[in-house]
Amino acid sequence: MSRLRAFTSNRDRVLAAAAIVAAVALPFFFETGSPFIDDAVLALTYVVMALGLNIIVGFAGLLDLGYVAFFAIGAYTMGWLGSNFFFGVNDGEGLHVLVSSPAADLPGIHVSFLIVIVVAVVFTTIAGMAIGLPTLRLRGDYIAVVTLAFGEIIGRIAANGDQIRIGGLWDATAARLPAVPEIGSEAVITRGKQGITPIDKIDLPLADPFTSLDLRSWYFVALALALIVLFVNFRLRDSRLGRAWIALREDEVAAASMGIPIVRTKLLAYGMGAAFGGVSGAFLASYLNTVNADQFQFSFSIFVLAMVIVGGLGSIWGVVLGAIALSFVNSYLIPDVLNGIPRDIGLDFDLTQLSYGIFGFLLVIVMVLRPEGLLPERRRKLEMHGVGAGETAGAGTDVEIKEEDPR
Amino acid sequence: MNRPPLLPPGFERRIAWLHARFRLGSRGSAVLLIALLLVMPVAFGIHDLTTTGDLTRLGNNLVDGVSNGAIWALIALGYTMVYGIVELINFAHGEVFMIGSLVAFAFWTALGLGVATAAPLLILGLLLTLVVAALASGTLNLMIERAGYRPLRDAPKLAPLITAVGFSFILQNVGLLWIGGSQLSVPDLIGSQDALFEVAGIEVTNGDALAVLATFPLVLALTVFVSRTRLGKAMRATAQDPDAARLMGINVDTTISLTFLIGGLLAGAAGLIYALYQTTIWFLQGFTAGLIAFTAAVMGGIGNLRGAVLGGLVIGCIQQIADNRIGSEWTPAVVFAYLVLIMVVRPRGLLGEETREAG
Repeated sequence: MSRLRAFTSNRDRVLAAAAIVAAVALPFFFETGSPFIDDAVLALTYVVMALGLNIIVGFAGLLDLGYVAFFAIGAYTMGWLGSNFFFGVNDGEGLHVLVSSPAADLPGIHVSFLIVIVVAVVFTTIAGMAIGLPTLRLRGDYIAVVTLAFGEIIGRIAANGDQIRIGGLWDATAARLPAVPEIGSEAVITRGKQGITPIDKIDLPLADPFTSLDLRSWYFVALALALIVLFVNFRLRDSRLGRAWIALREDEVAAASMGIPIVRTKLLAYGMGAAFGGVSGAFLASYLNTVNADQFQFSFSIFVLAMVIVGGLGSIWGVVLGAIALSFVNSYLIPDVLNGIPRDIGLDFDLTQLSYGIFGFLLVIVMVLRPEGLLPERRRKLEMHGVGAGETAGAGTDVEIKEEDPR
Repeated sequence: MNRPPLLPPGFERRIAWLHARFRLGSRGSAVLLIALLLVMPVAFGIHDLTTTGDLTRLGNNLVDGVSNGAIWALIALGYTMVYGIVELINFAHGEVFMIGSLVAFAFWTALGLGVATAAPLLILGLLLTLVVAALASGTLNLMIERAGYRPLRDAPKLAPLITAVGFSFILQNVGLLWIGGSQLSVPDLIGSQDALFEVAGIEVTNGDALAVLATFPLVLALTVFVSRTRLGKAMRATAQDPDAARLMGINVDTTISLTFLIGGLLAGAAGLIYALYQTTIWFLQGFTAGLIAFTAAVMGGIGNLRGAVLGGLVIGCIQQIADNRIGSEWTPAVVFAYLVLIMVVRPRGLLGEETREAG
């Protein structure tokens, strides 16, 4: 324990405590329905996602270009378990678990948000590992492409899921099993681009269900999720597993010969990174009140990746900063502040159309000018600039290893 | 400290056993991959034979597939050459192709070519457009390499890949500003869907003929260039071992630039052919086309020129069959599923050699 403590200096801990206090106090300086709090809630959910992606890309060095898949799976979990989407359940009676009115009176499946989160974590962890399996033998860019392909496949299923009828098969199975409700033969798996809406608002025990007017309570839930994920991230980074990830990132061959179980280490990175995406997705589905196939496009994966890169790959505070910064650029700076500029100077377009071009530009600029990101991790900074010890620290990633794979 | 008990004990061993048990030899994996590729044509062929009694529909699918595939092959060549020489997936390549389409359309409009233009004038104008579109895309690819990849040549491998993604988004937005957000119909200069001739009920359209007839000279020229000329030799040497090539007096930077230029030229040519063939252009066409072409390059064996062409033709057929039989909204999912399957079964592709990345 004392050895671990030595890595985080006193100054860092004071700063962290101050940041948390400020984050808790923040919403009280604004009206509870103000657009600022809306932006802040989004920023916090993106922090959760970016921290998840950071485990896969930043810690374990597996470039994942299909992170949107986990957002989608988390969001659909919320959509399936917290809306009237499966209106045929129990012949229209609905299925209700630990929810209060109004959700308790509606048809469809309505499950408490806390349970949905757990289910979303389970689903996305499984999906993450399933996506990880085919990439185990691959490295580098190939991993990027396979994950991208998976993200696109999930996106396609989301967009065309209204053609996939599972109701008949489900009911035939459910009829033979005890305690499994029928969902009606018309049931499909998504509602495509129309979107599943409305989604149940978060309904915590001992509190009234949230409303779309009182954004403060959403903010606090998002903050709590972000803090939990942040804590988990720190503990993971400093754990045996976290060091295994970093060893894997630096040099897979060396890590394997040092006895690091490559398969398990990689799969856990995918699984855990995916789980955070799922949590965030479930929350976002409830907050945005819709689960729509248009949300799950490749560009969203790049949006989250840009947060990680701009902040600093592998650096937890950097990623938090990157997520908050890009989220505000996306939901405040571009649409509200800079949007009119092209028209003012006589050009015929809105800046919001170009937001992904702007993120692309940021990625290029950051990579060329400051590849270690805004708040880099110490190890990576040395690597990128090759100062003193960096010559050896960076050797693992830079030097080509011509030997065959040990397997 | 104990191992984290997050996965069941013996998990590692079981995966290793699975790998060893199902590890296919070189020939085994090739056979399995070919079998996977044949699943769709054979299944639909049997379906056709049992329902209509002939193979006309499948034949038409395959003709369209080959002509589509010729376009994918041109794009795939750019991927495979760049990957062969700098081991980078040039994510922006699909967008370079898209810009080629846009330039081609803008240029032939400026030339005043239309449906009514007389044939000799049309051919001359289109040849000129071909040169302009190819040069535009080639120069663009060259500039991307200079600005985004060369400064990062010694950085970790993720870095240039990320700039590539960045450029791809920038170019998409350029396309969006240029022609707007919706698909744009362009004049059907060659009568793309008109039948040129028909054999046993299988129709070959003008578009099919154009795609195939324009692609093969380009591929041939490229093959001759790479295998016969000094610069081609320098490219092959650089691909094999950049350091050794430099020691032999080859200017590696110039050679890499040349590779990007040639890849871009082919993508620009593909852009023109695509615009003539599909008669619509779209700022997102490059994204899908890029991924399909990349799948083609991987399927053929990345770094292998003949492989890229073969992969392009095969993926064209798969895509066409999926479009026609399953529904075009599912086509990307089918193509990507094939990409994942190739990665699982035989990452080195049909004709590729075993590499460090894809062992």
